[in-house]
Amino acid sequence: MDAIILQILNGLDKGSAYALIALGLTLIFGTLGVVNFAHGALFMLGAFCAVTLNKLLTLSFITIDETQKDFLGNPLKVETPYIEGWFGPEVAGTVIEWSVPLAILFAIPIMILVGLVMERGLIKYFYKRPHADQILVTFGLAIVLQEIIKYFYGANPIPTPAPSAFSGSFDFGALLGFDPGTIIYPYWRLVYFGFAAVVIAGVFAFLRYTTFGMVVRAGMADRETVGLLGINIDKRFTIMFALAACVAGLAGVMYAPINSPNYHMGMDFLVLSFVVVVVGGMGSLGGAVAAGFLLGVLESFASMSQVLNVLPGINQIIIYLVAIIVLLTRPRGLMGRKGVMED
Amino acid sequence: MLKLDKKDMRLFIIVALMTILAPFILNPFPEGSGLAQFNAGYPDLMQRFVIFGIFAIGFNILFGLTGYLSFGHAAFLGVGSYAAIWMMKLLTMNVIPAIIASVAIAGVFALVVGFISLRRSGIYFSILTLAFAQMSFAMAYSVLTPITGGETGLQPKVNDPRILDAALAPGATPSAGLFGLEMRDSYELALGNWLFTFNFGYYFAAALMLVAFYTSMRIFRSPFGMMLRGVKSNQQRLNYTGLNSKPYTLAAFVISGMYAGLAGGLLVAMDTQVGPERMFWTASGEVVLMTILGGAGTLIGPVLGAGFIKYMENIISKINESILHQWFYWLPDGLEDLVVGMIYPFIGKGWHLTLGIMFMLVVIFLPGGLVEGGQRIGRWVRGKGRKADATGDKKSTASTPAE
Amino acid sequence: MPGFKLDRRGLLKSGAVLGAGLAMPTIFTGRANAFTNEPTGSSVTLGFNVPQSGAYADEGADELRAYELAVEHLNGGGDGGMMNTFSSKALQGNGILGKKIEYVTGDTQTKSDTARASAKSMIEKDGAVMITGGSSSGVAVAVQALCQEAGVIFMAGLTHSNDTTGKDKKANGFRHFFNSYMSGAALAPVLERNYGSDRKAYHLTADYNWGYTTEEAIRSSTEALGWETVEAVKTPLAATDFSAYITPVLQSDADVLVLNHYGANMVNSLTNAVQFGLRDRMVNGKNFEIVVPLYSRLMAKGAGANVKGIFGSTNWHWSLTDDASKAFVQSFGTKYGFPPSQAAHTCYVQALLYADAVERAGSFNPCAVVEALEGYEFDGLGNGPTLYRAEDHQCFKDVLVVRGKENPTSEFDLLEIVEVTPVAQVTYAPDHPQFAGGQLGACNPGA
Repeated sequence: MDAIILQILNGLDKGSAYALIALGLTLIFGTLGVVNFAHGALFMLGAFCAVTLNKLLTLSFITIDETQKDFLGNPLKVETPYIEGWFGPEVAGTVIEWSVPLAILFAIPIMILVGLVMERGLIKYFYKRPHADQILVTFGLAIVLQEIIKYFYGANPIPTPAPSAFSGSFDFGALLGFDPGTIIYPYWRLVYFGFAAVVIAGVFAFLRYTTFGMVVRAGMADRETVGLLGINIDKRFTIMFALAACVAGLAGVMYAPINSPNYHMGMDFLVLSFVVVVVGGMGSLGGAVAAGFLLGVLESFASMSQVLNVLPGINQIIIYLVAIIVLLTRPRGLMGRKGVMED
Repeated sequence: MLKLDKKDMRLFIIVALMTILAPFILNPFPEGSGLAQFNAGYPDLMQRFVIFGIFAIGFNILFGLTGYLSFGHAAFLGVGSYAAIWMMKLLTMNVIPAIIASVAIAGVFALVVGFISLRRSGIYFSILTLAFAQMSFAMAYSVLTPITGGETGLQPKVNDPRILDAALAPGATPSAGLFGLEMRDSYELALGNWLFTFNFGYYFAAALMLVAFYTSMRIFRSPFGMMLRGVKSNQQRLNYTGLNSKPYTLAAFVISGMYAGLAGGLLVAMDTQVGPERMFWTASGEVVLMTILGGAGTLIGPVLGAGFIKYMENIISKINESILHQWFYWLPDGLEDLVVGMIYPFIGKGWHLTLGIMFMLVVIFLPGGLVEGGQRIGRWVRGKGRKADATGDKKSTASTPAE
Repeated sequence: MPGFKLDRRGLLKSGAVLGAGLAMPTIFTGRANAFTNEPTGSSVTLGFNVPQSGAYADEGADELRAYELAVEHLNGGGDGGMMNTFSSKALQGNGILGKKIEYVTGDTQTKSDTARASAKSMIEKDGAVMITGGSSSGVAVAVQALCQEAGVIFMAGLTHSNDTTGKDKKANGFRHFFNSYMSGAALAPVLERNYGSDRKAYHLTADYNWGYTTEEAIRSSTEALGWETVEAVKTPLAATDFSAYITPVLQSDADVLVLNHYGANMVNSLTNAVQFGLRDRMVNGKNFEIVVPLYSRLMAKGAGANVKGIFGSTNWHWSLTDDASKAFVQSFGTKYGFPPSQAAHTCYVQALLYADAVERAGSFNPCAVVEALEGYEFDGLGNGPTLYRAEDHQCFKDVLVVRGKENPTSEFDLLEIVEVTPVAQVTYAPDHPQFAGGQLGACNPGA
């Protein structure tokens, strides 16, 4: 029982990342009709916002310490972050330690800017082009973005730890009446789940309860009519694109402490998030979120050794197997609408 | 002749000449010169050009004609490769059974995958094919290791049964051949500073590519091809006329799967090993990119796209910093470093960056892919020839893209 | 066309003209060489085939730096590095056999197909007589087989799977790097000393070839000490989040977790294991411990503070204090500004060993090189006295057991050497079951 609860938690956690990426992807599909293969790269850029902020905060001046030697036997060059010089080690230490949460503030303007530039500079010319052209251009963009990151940060993962206040684990077991220590879960992963829930709720509320959101939803349903009503739908779609980029970026920022970011993490998530979107159903925000969590939980269950002993290798294929079954039984995914991306 | 109309016949002859003369065309720079780096006329790369050309031609029969975007075609290539290597291990190193098996098994596999996946259309179809391919990859990598050799893949071993072959000479390694001629046999021709290599394996693969290309031309021009185009432009209307389009689409899917299997079998025939990563989704994505880059729905486009990507992968990635310094040694020192520093991010390990930029440039400026680029150049040249007749030229710009 | 008759005489004449025209500028090379790509000019070309994109790109970049350094030293430039400490004095600093060394580079992308394509282009287009490099066993096995067919020498880079010199060994291929078996044999006694002989181990194994051989090696050597293997779970190579594999460990009564992972897999699984508080656990009255059989400093960097105190093994480390290692670190560090990785070390050594073997054999002929390397004993390349065993072309030398350092003084100072396991303890018989099933075959000079 406790094992199952733990795997559900794992699945929800993994599902949070899938859902956040898929949400942005399906928003772009739904509103702009664009297949965005660069969406994984936006997630990766978000994670590297966290890395970059950390680097900026630890920008250092160099003092030479004659008493210590470096690996070549020369006097050791000691690096001290500038902010340590300005504010003293304690404040600086705390600020650097909190660099990941701080990176949220840093990432929001950057990701919005990236989204705006991408949409105005490139994507808008591809609204009327076939999906194949959209795939080619966004795939090219994704390669360019990740190569730029590789050029500056190398190919190895870069450790980006969470603040030490979140480093421990929360004892769920005690809360639910199990023995203490049997069901523990890392604080940061719980934070990630909570964060994802807040962002998803925020996006839904924004679309449901604001006039802006209403127009966008109307535009998703019938773009031409809304345009004929004299509403500037294009401008709103630009903003939606920036919003989707921002959601992917934030998902990346918060993911950095869970797994050290590297330049190709976007591609790792890209295919999975497409599967999630399609299983959820094209054009359905709720479907994308539900499918994200569903696939996350199923993947976690399939990874249990009890399952693997019966069905070896099932952990590698479960997501695709479920995708096939869902698509064969429900032609438009879990909650897809008719006629979206079916031709 | 060959039941092709004049325009197609001309295209076919051009393609045939290009493939036959490829060792010359691809080696324009003399050995030892600074530009020899850009020569592509060595057997392995020429083989890859034609093999991936076949793969892309086959993919185009499905995607270019019906509009169904398969994101799992690498699975058929991989299955074809595994079938071929097993024929070599069990029967003979002669490539004929290997290639027949690769086409047949890939065809059967495509029939199964196609039958299921074609129940959906649009992106749902794409994801179904992707799912099948990713499952094949994951299983080949892990659970199916006894059949696929896992990550290490399969290679012919000295102690394989090979029941049709005579015992190997002591010390010899098994190598793929065709009735006594080996795929790696080459004849080298030195003309002055130029060195041209004529490789038997290449011409074998090239001959099959010409057959594949010819077949695809015939399909494009046949009533069957017209039907497939109908599926692309409006499947519903086609269905309303009382026609069931599914058998046609399925046939196209199986044919293109067999093309992929042929490419997979040829890969093994040229280089006797197979690993699961050739079924990974990036490999499926690559053939999609080749086709779109070259010009989807055109006859020659996919071959151009395949050549382009393979050229980048094999040539640009091999240019390193010291080669750049050799090229620009004549510049003053500071300037030399500056120029090298500016080019360096785009070559060698940065070749992906160049590839990404090229994708974007082509799709932004040449919506019809490389084929459109060729047409524009052709029109520009012709336009120059008869500048006087400017009005007549206007009409031709509005003509349909050549196929 | 009246008036034009094609008679026999005319035919002969035109045929002769045509034949002469074809033959005139032609020099039939026909490759009368004794072996593939026999160097005939004043230079010789080596092929450095390393991952430049993908997860191992940084490791590949370090390998390339080492090769460039080796070429510089072999051609007589720089400070000579380990050439000064190498026990063989055959190398003159004038290239190999007086021929200047040139090199070509390629990107393996850590895919066997691409690696073979790249190696083939080096052999077919650039005329390389030796291919070296790589950062994974799948690639090493694939390229090794290719070199055997083509008749060139393959000097493996970083490849740790038993199979490279076990079931997939080839006469033209040589490995300096250590292997899974050696990791197990070296680690087990240290683990016993630190963690006792009554331990329950839980294995997470990357679901591919190298993972299998490493798990097998660690299991058999720890079980021989009395450890019990509670569970061994295979994880997909593509996995990025290992939480679903880590949480069952919490449920088991295991008190040691062995991570048979490398590269990004290792970084992520270790990070996840620490996140789940495994290191703070007490099980069966003992501290829970984590073991990483194959350490790489470059990868340890990715895991940050999580590596502290964790045992593993490595082929070489820059903090070694023998003359050879010091000379190499000095030479590499001065040129590039940071210490070399173990991948850089093994590649540098392989380049030197190849050059030395050619020099001693007096020929680039692969068969002569094979003969010169087989059973060759040398010293002064950073690992102490070493033997290139004739039976499987594997180097036998001391193995380092290392531990993540508690108080690193710099970003390179991540590992500390716990023990230098003597070579006798990691030596095995050529027909050891973990290596069975392969045949070296005969050397192939090609042509």
